[in-house]
Amino acid sequence: MSIPEPSFEALYRDLILDHYKAPHGKKPLAREDIVTEGMNPVCGDEVDLALEIGADGRVAGVRVDGRGCAISVSSGSILHDLVVGKSLAEAHAQIAAVKATLQGAPVPKEIDLGDFEALEGVRHFPVRVKCALLPWTTLDQALRELEAKGEKS
Amino acid sequence: MRTIEAPAKPLDADAIRRDFPILATSVRGKPLVYLDSAATSQKPQPVIDAITGFYSAKNSNVHRSVHFLAERATAAFEEARARVATFVSAPSPECVVWTRGTTEAVNLVANAWGDRNVKAGDTLLLTEMEHHANLVPWQMLAKRRGARLRFVPVTDDGRLDMDAAAARLAEGPKLFAFTSKSNVLGTENPVADLCRTARAAGVTTLVDAAQSVPHGAVDVAALGCDFLAFSAHKALGPMGVGALIVRPGMYDRMDPWQGGGEMIQRVRLEESTYAEPPLRFEAGTPPAADAIGLHAAIDYLVAAGPARIHEHEARLTRLALDLLAELGVRTFGPDDASLRAGIVSFEVPGLHPHDVAQFLDAERGIAIRAGHHCAQPLMRRFGVIATCRASFYLYNTESEVRALADGLKAVMEYFRR
Repeated sequence: MSIPEPSFEALYRDLILDHYKAPHGKKPLAREDIVTEGMNPVCGDEVDLALEIGADGRVAGVRVDGRGCAISVSSGSILHDLVVGKSLAEAHAQIAAVKATLQGAPVPKEIDLGDFEALEGVRHFPVRVKCALLPWTTLDQALRELEAKGEKS
Repeated sequence: MRTIEAPAKPLDADAIRRDFPILATSVRGKPLVYLDSAATSQKPQPVIDAITGFYSAKNSNVHRSVHFLAERATAAFEEARARVATFVSAPSPECVVWTRGTTEAVNLVANAWGDRNVKAGDTLLLTEMEHHANLVPWQMLAKRRGARLRFVPVTDDGRLDMDAAAARLAEGPKLFAFTSKSNVLGTENPVADLCRTARAAGVTTLVDAAQSVPHGAVDVAALGCDFLAFSAHKALGPMGVGALIVRPGMYDRMDPWQGGGEMIQRVRLEESTYAEPPLRFEAGTPPAADAIGLHAAIDYLVAAGPARIHEHEARLTRLALDLLAELGVRTFGPDDASLRAGIVSFEVPGLHPHDVAQFLDAERGIAIRAGHHCAQPLMRRFGVIATCRASFYLYNTESEVRALADGLKAVMEYFRR
């Protein structure tokens, strides 16, 4: 049985290191409508994710903060870039596309993965998939909390 | 843990390596450098043979049938129990309860002893350096019984604060459960001193010896503890088996825990009577092959010489601490190398442990652990969420420690680009 042996470079592309060294979305938002904490139980990494929702119901701002490895920090930075400006339904679709990418499943062609394509190689490192997913599962949780709040009011 | 005489002849790690088939693994074309034995040790051929031998020649359920194979299996299984007893200097094989490992042994005590003896308002004393296995079961017990938890603090250089330990033991907690050796810092705690102080205050003690039993002589009589727990898999043995060593007399203060076959004497529809200990605490079919594998592992450890193993690991640890200091890598735990052995946790400035570990694996074939090491409270104590950890065992060599240092130098250069 042969196991594919992807290289270290396939995981740590230059683009990923750029995001890691200067992540986007660290600034506090004017208004934080929801703040959610996520945690990776494997390594203890934490992410703090906040959303600002505009009057049009779209995501006006994303703050991603926390302590993590190059994979989770860059994934959070890319999340910021991809989710700002999206409707909540589009944000859900983006999360689904990211998960599909990390499972090697097809992604609907209308979805733009942006810089997340550089993280595609993570799927060959099963233990690290959780690192790449952490900001996105936290976003998923934030959206659900936000929607639950909306239904109540 | 016990005063160990200086061995006459140092360990021949190169010869030992030949007994471990997995150490010949090639990791993407590079020889495997396995520095993760604190997570689980590799297994020598005699252990693998013992397990295969059980299934090829002895396999049968133990303590049940009377046929030829059953008698063979039961005899070998009970010989393994007796071997564990002599290995840790327990007074008799009856003091040895088979468990799935350290975790189950602690859970057994938390239930069988804890639910009977711990009352509302009682205190359970632990330390800040416990593995989750010796923390979460006590949290659960405290919640069930309305007891509270207190902790012996850890000093900045990774030792237990002994003054605080004495003060908290004097307050008379119901139990003091602590590790003999930190799985993160490598600190070797003064177990006998702590047990003596606890005994004087009438406090029951449990020692998590998962990181000590594999690396040197453990003598429960000399330590003076009430309970001692360890796992086979960190001591050259298989996964899925371990033991709880119970001081004579303690069984009288414990209720049965898990119910089922083997732990009973007479069963009626409405109620049952129970087997004598240790079988009373061994419900269901035990991992007999694995217990016999542990027997082989103990024979191997004893032949290699616990004192020589300890000395060998101490030498590798000192070398690692020196090389890492030269690189400017932050290490955790006592600076005094004589207070620690076999484990070095470290942080490469500016780099996340996962990234460091992935690089070492992918580029150098070096296996280290990166993460919280099942000790999240200790991570918080040192203001980190995770560390890298290299751990050494009898089959590791100085050149592997140097390979680690070279790898760390390379990873620092890689991420600086």
